[in-house]
Amino acid sequence: MLLNLEQVTLRFAGNTVLDKVNFGVEANTLASLIGPNGAGKTSLFNSITGFYRPQEGRIEFDGERVLRRKPHKVTQLGIARTFQNVRLFREMSVMENVMAGMHCRTRAGAFGAVLRTPGQRAEERYIAEVAHDCMRFVGVDEYADRLATNLAYGYQRLVEIARALATQPRLILLDEPAAGLNATEKAALIELIRRIRDERGIAVLLIEHDMGLVMQVSERINVLDYGRIIADGNAEEIKNNPRVIEAYLGQEDEEMVL
Amino acid sequence: MSTATGRTAGLVDRLYATFDSPRRQMLLMVAIVVVMAVLPLVMGRYATTIMTNALLYVVLALGLNIVVGYAGLLDLGYAAFFAVGAYSIGILTVQFDWNFWLAIPPALVAACLAGVIIGGPTLRLRSDYLAIVTLGFGEIVRFSARNLEITGRASGLSNIPEPSFFGYVINSYVDFYYVFLLLAVMAVIASHRLYHSRLGRAWLYVRHDEDAAEAMGINRVRVKLAAYVTGSVFGAIGGIFFSVNLGAISPESFSFEQSVLILMAVILGGMGKIPGVILGAFIIILGPELLRELGELRLLLFAVVMLLIMLLRPSGIWPERRH
Repeated sequence: MLLNLEQVTLRFAGNTVLDKVNFGVEANTLASLIGPNGAGKTSLFNSITGFYRPQEGRIEFDGERVLRRKPHKVTQLGIARTFQNVRLFREMSVMENVMAGMHCRTRAGAFGAVLRTPGQRAEERYIAEVAHDCMRFVGVDEYADRLATNLAYGYQRLVEIARALATQPRLILLDEPAAGLNATEKAALIELIRRIRDERGIAVLLIEHDMGLVMQVSERINVLDYGRIIADGNAEEIKNNPRVIEAYLGQEDEEMVL
Repeated sequence: MSTATGRTAGLVDRLYATFDSPRRQMLLMVAIVVVMAVLPLVMGRYATTIMTNALLYVVLALGLNIVVGYAGLLDLGYAAFFAVGAYSIGILTVQFDWNFWLAIPPALVAACLAGVIIGGPTLRLRSDYLAIVTLGFGEIVRFSARNLEITGRASGLSNIPEPSFFGYVINSYVDFYYVFLLLAVMAVIASHRLYHSRLGRAWLYVRHDEDAAEAMGINRVRVKLAAYVTGSVFGAIGGIFFSVNLGAISPESFSFEQSVLILMAVILGGMGKIPGVILGAFIIILGPELLRELGELRLLLFAVVMLLIMLLRPSGIWPERRH
């Protein structure tokens, strides 16, 4: 297992958001985490990436303890993420946004910057090179100099993925990457998610509500409901799992009552 | 009225836009430096001294701009860093008879330490609390200077020796004008290079969205601390040469008003934008001088002009603009 969670429990003011979650992602796979709204999916992402601190359990990434590490340390270990509601640096260019990902892989400080040392200049060239490579990979290279906020929503999502790729991760967490995308963009996204794994060897874990997309790309699916993992398997198994159907039907019932 | 201001604002913006390309900005800078280099030959002693002071403020404002403009951290006690530089030189040269140039490295180290001391514990605070703590820090430094034996208490330190440079004693007002011109140019280059660097970008990332920055692997505490330390080094360099220029320093040179004045230069000119901050520094120093004939009314008029600027151009006279 590349990422492994054991008995992870997260509580907020007495509410148990994650309840003894056991969960794993293998290296070089495409995995999904699904579940009704409020099941705790994003909380699980935030726990993995150091934004939340679960009270109990273990989280390990490639044999390293992840729990209670700060977010920037987790990223340094090789876990990158995107946000449910796109969180780009809106007033900065696409290029600068993607360069942010390289921060944790480089080291020049104030001295290098002021003196423009050869090492610093070589590093800046390297940062630019990787940034362009990541922008080309997702297909936003031509917008490098545009302000992030001026890009169409679908492109902003791609920039966020490019930025995550620039941290040179081994696992990338995508939080609802298809939200707000049209059919064409979704098809392109599926293609991109596959390429991330096939061409870059990066494992992908996504949270997604679009079941069509989830069933198409995922090799393994975990279902979360009320903070508990209720199912774990491939697309076929999940589709026919009675507990999953119940969890989703239960939700639909509520919606129908409302 | 609003269309008229709109039109002038549009005109002004177009004027700035012509200087938005890096090459033109470079040319403008070179032209300004050349003019500034010739100025003391035609200006009298009084005007030269005022210009020297304006150049000092360019250095200080650019330093504070790193903290406030780049990293987005409010600092109401910036004069403390200025004081640390000045007093380090004063103490080492007057009390311990050190050579001026040898005293510079310890003064810079002291400034870095001061940056860490103020930055370290305060970085978890939100900006309004940060403002109060930095204000307190500024006052602590001033009160310490006023009460400690080694800093000469309220009367300060005098007879700070003039530095000599390979046998040439830097002592005339024209000499110091050129020293500060050189410092200002260096501060501009350093600011520009920092802005276009890994660290400079990190300051902007953290200012724009701390969570996203952290998710990108940026250590937010470290990056903010770097801003305080870098800013304090700028302030200390200003203080170092301020002390030898005057030959005497006293606690009242480093008051809260001083901090506010520097902050005003940054905000007035346009936070985060180097030409704007330079402009702000000149306005802060030259403004009251140009209005001197008005006597007592000049400070009032100056205040009114500044209020008008803040109302008409709320993000500064020459703000950071990106497309």
